[in-house]
Amino acid sequence: MGQATLPAVAAPRAAARGFALLPALVILVAAAALTFVCSNYWLFQLTLVVAFAIAVLGLNIVTGYSGQISLGHGAFYAIGAYVTAILMSNPLTLPWLDPIEVPYWATLPVSAVVCGCLGFLLGFPALRLGGLYLALTTFALAVATPQLLKSDLLGDWTGGVQGLTILKPDPPGGLPLSADQWLYLFTLAVAAVLFVAARNLLRGRIGRALVAVRDHPLAAEAMGVDIALMKTGAFAVSAIYTGVAGSLGAIAIQFVAPDSFPVLLSIELFVGLVVGGVATVEGAIFGGVFVVLIPQIAEKISKAAPGAIYGGILIAVMYLMPFGIAGALRRLRRRA
Amino acid sequence: MMQRRPLLKGLLAGATVAIAGRRAGAQTPGVTATEIKIGCTTPLSGPASAYGVIAKTIAAYFNMLNDQGGIAGHKINFIYYDDGYSPPRTVEQTRKLVEEDGVDFLFQNLGTPCNTAIRPYCNQHKIPQLFVSTGADKWGDYKHFPYTVGFNPSYRTEAEIYAKYILKQKPDAKVALIYQNDDFGKDYLNGLKQGFGDKFDKMVVKTATYEVTDPTIDSQIVSLQGAGADTLVTAAVPKFAAQAIRKVADLGWKPLHIMTNVSVSVGAVLKPAGLDNSIGLITAGYVKDPTDKKWDDDPGMKEWRAFSAKYMPGADLADGNITYGYGAAFVMTDVLRQCGTDFSRENVLKQALSIKDLEVPVFYPGIKVATSETNHQPIQELQLTRFNGHNFEPFGEVIRGSEASF
Repeated sequence: MGQATLPAVAAPRAAARGFALLPALVILVAAAALTFVCSNYWLFQLTLVVAFAIAVLGLNIVTGYSGQISLGHGAFYAIGAYVTAILMSNPLTLPWLDPIEVPYWATLPVSAVVCGCLGFLLGFPALRLGGLYLALTTFALAVATPQLLKSDLLGDWTGGVQGLTILKPDPPGGLPLSADQWLYLFTLAVAAVLFVAARNLLRGRIGRALVAVRDHPLAAEAMGVDIALMKTGAFAVSAIYTGVAGSLGAIAIQFVAPDSFPVLLSIELFVGLVVGGVATVEGAIFGGVFVVLIPQIAEKISKAAPGAIYGGILIAVMYLMPFGIAGALRRLRRRA
Repeated sequence: MMQRRPLLKGLLAGATVAIAGRRAGAQTPGVTATEIKIGCTTPLSGPASAYGVIAKTIAAYFNMLNDQGGIAGHKINFIYYDDGYSPPRTVEQTRKLVEEDGVDFLFQNLGTPCNTAIRPYCNQHKIPQLFVSTGADKWGDYKHFPYTVGFNPSYRTEAEIYAKYILKQKPDAKVALIYQNDDFGKDYLNGLKQGFGDKFDKMVVKTATYEVTDPTIDSQIVSLQGAGADTLVTAAVPKFAAQAIRKVADLGWKPLHIMTNVSVSVGAVLKPAGLDNSIGLITAGYVKDPTDKKWDDDPGMKEWRAFSAKYMPGADLADGNITYGYGAAFVMTDVLRQCGTDFSRENVLKQALSIKDLEVPVFYPGIKVATSETNHQPIQELQLTRFNGHNFEPFGEVIRGSEASF
């Protein structure tokens, strides 16, 4: 991975900040308006797009910004999904209380905490492994996860190979919305909060420190950046994002099983990262759109070889937009 | 900002009208005066894509049917999408089939985890999920999932049939069982328990398990021989099945060896294990082996060969999935004929659950497909076959398993 090819983060300027806020708001309002335009099926697809965008953003924090290649983020996505599914299908029993049905929204913070802790722990071996070796180690995590989920030890909770089925939440308080409409709005709201948080985090001091660690660790250390804290912290935050995305995805799909999280999922997130734009916050949105919708378009073009079409589109995008879609848009804007 | 609310309200009202309008207009989704839309998900990509040929065969079968005039003036429009054997993709594609394409019902969706993922959706929205292409036992659960109907005989049924055969032919057998330590393997243990009944403890001298991650199962085979067994039932996936056949031969052990029909591919299992070592291996099946010379003059297989030549040019006719797909499409066609002119979801489901002893041209003679309101497992009979060094030869009578209890 040539580090010189990764784009730098634009320095925050007051004018630029004010300018960026407006398009973001417009996009959010437009996305929310889709609730009342699209059919339930398309809202369901858009919900998945938003969930994947959050997951790609998570991967971007660790791989795009702090330069630690992870090919195993599907594992965090899976863990987030399972935390939600397990909590939603098993009433919480505490000795001094009646069993409580855990509502869907309450599972998100839990899966954030669980994935954050695991991500933080994974950050430690990552300190000693760089570049390709870290990529392989995280890849191993992605390979192992589906089999661990099938294991008998966790079988009582995970449902083994059978997986777990969860019910789609109804809109609260008699809102005149369908379940798909409500879930889309809910997912969009969570995404908006997470994207704003990520932007604030990455455009400021911490973002610059992360990029410094990525581009020149020695110089970063000389400047007083705690490299170990930055790297493990990036893994933790990244895992939180991807885990929450997994939770939202699971609620939309209403089903989790070990086969839902194959190795390919991690690769897809990586594809979303690179296609969307490495080290850009808005690139994650394009990444999510690409990961969810392009396989469908590929299948529409050819039933015989959807994989080949997908590969062709991927090569074309990389050739035409070497810095991803977000990178290409930035270049267009600069030229204009 | 002030103007947004009226706009939102307007959009909301418009959407409500649109949804209400769509509901009122569509009496029977997927059915017009000239067409019936049927949906299916299947792996066209990914590790399980070899099964994709089943959906392609079904599409070709319906093409043939349409060329012959269709069903009661309706052409069949069979839409199948790739899910890569990934349950979330199955959910996506199924919702697309139902909500965007507006199919009448689903047919032959493939894979146990994939069908599990869409089962609540189908039953909640009352969409028949017919003749799913998997061998799990749970599709028989008519009480909780009345809109889901199985197709393949379950592993439990298969094991039960082995037990019945052993009880009849070798009542004082000393049986050993090796099975994979997961749902697939445990179905065989349960089937043997059901088949042997209270004789299970007397008949079965030893059971052993392996994990799918184990390198070999040699030590398990040695221990089963050591227990004095003279009959071996192997419920293993192809790699371990080949190891079992080879180890049994290496030990000079000559048990009556019964093998799950998941692992009887001549190319993938028996050749690596040694064809000579595999002679005498017994399994049970229901689809005629397209490579068996015995069926050269069989009218059913002749029909199938004529179909393949015309509608599936270039296909590998040794692939048993093509015969299977043909059989499934044949059953579906029969159900649609029984529907008369009422192709509503309720009537299609009703007819799919009223199949009476249907014989399928590509299934072994004597195997009858039957369903009822309380029997959602159409195939419960199997024909035993024995390997003669080239292919599996049917012998004895068709044996029937019992219905699962739910």
